[in-house]
Amino acid sequence: MKQIIKISFTLTTICLVCAFLLALVYNGAQAKIKANQEKLIQDSIAQLAPDTTRQEELQLGREKLWKLYRGDEPFGYAVIAAGQGYGGTLEVMAVFDLNLKKIKGISVISDSETPGLGSRIREKSFQSQFQNLAINETKQIETITGATISSQAVVKIIKEKANELQKSLK
Amino acid sequence: MKRKEVFKGLWQKNPIFRQLLGMCPTLAVTTTARNGLAMGLAVLFVLFFSELVVSLIKKMVPPQIRIAVYTVIIATFVTIVDTVLKAFFFQISRELGPYVPLIIVNCIILGRCEAFASQNKVSSSLLDALGMGLGFCWGLLVLASLRELLGFGQILGVQIMPAAFNPLIVMILPAGAFLVLGFLVALMNKIEEWKT
Repeated sequence: MKQIIKISFTLTTICLVCAFLLALVYNGAQAKIKANQEKLIQDSIAQLAPDTTRQEELQLGREKLWKLYRGDEPFGYAVIAAGQGYGGTLEVMAVFDLNLKKIKGISVISDSETPGLGSRIREKSFQSQFQNLAINETKQIETITGATISSQAVVKIIKEKANELQKSLK
Repeated sequence: MKRKEVFKGLWQKNPIFRQLLGMCPTLAVTTTARNGLAMGLAVLFVLFFSELVVSLIKKMVPPQIRIAVYTVIIATFVTIVDTVLKAFFFQISRELGPYVPLIIVNCIILGRCEAFASQNKVSSSLLDALGMGLGFCWGLLVLASLRELLGFGQILGVQIMPAAFNPLIVMILPAGAFLVLGFLVALMNKIEEWKT
């Protein structure tokens, strides 16, 4: 009996100490992590649509999208499209034109793809293929050698998001 | 006596080439030298602090729950590393992504905690961690550098191979990892032979 008590007590104590330590670190880092995420999104928008003077943040259900303005004129939408990649959830920022028929450009926000292979969807050489591409011409996209699934997932995720937005923004 | 503890992890008992431990991250993240180095340093950090704590509390842990306890401790340090990377080294965190949490199940760390830290004093355990951790680091670096060189023509992003070189993409794929690893293990065995 004494053994069981000792075992339970020791394990519980250790877990409590570890949990406390983790809570400390997590709290300390949360602000920075959120800031990193925000910066990534803003940098992506700035890079994909540099002539944006103003963003209007819209809420669509649980999702956010940004309506982009040049002066007073809206010229497109920026949205984060998420879906299944090869290794897990893939989040891609896509900038579409106003009628959601053309992709202005994309940027990978987060991925769990294989380092060195699937992770190359983050490279300029892959992403530049999407610049000013019509939604129905995505067959032209060349997949990365050794990262077929990751490459195709990007295309699929973006197309699905475009279709989804076309319906909800009618 | 103490210095020997450090050296055994670097060569005779090198975790990658002699003990063949931690094969999963070894093969998966050594696609570029930078990734290999980052992973090596993360593992070194976790190994160091895990062995430290395990050695400190060794007398207080009932043997029946030791594996559970070591795993909790290791998981805590790995989560700390992951959080710190996400906050302060965002780029690297994005590159290594899912492989950082996987350090928890890297057999090197649990292995050394169980086989060494739980039965030795703190100072020896720290040296063991340094030796094994650094041994893992240089192993990853060599493996990653070779794969990056043959598969991309670069090391650490710097173009080494001449433009005429046709990169062998297979080196970046898992098959290439096994090939280079096997070659390096054989090479180390040969060097050991020559020494005697």
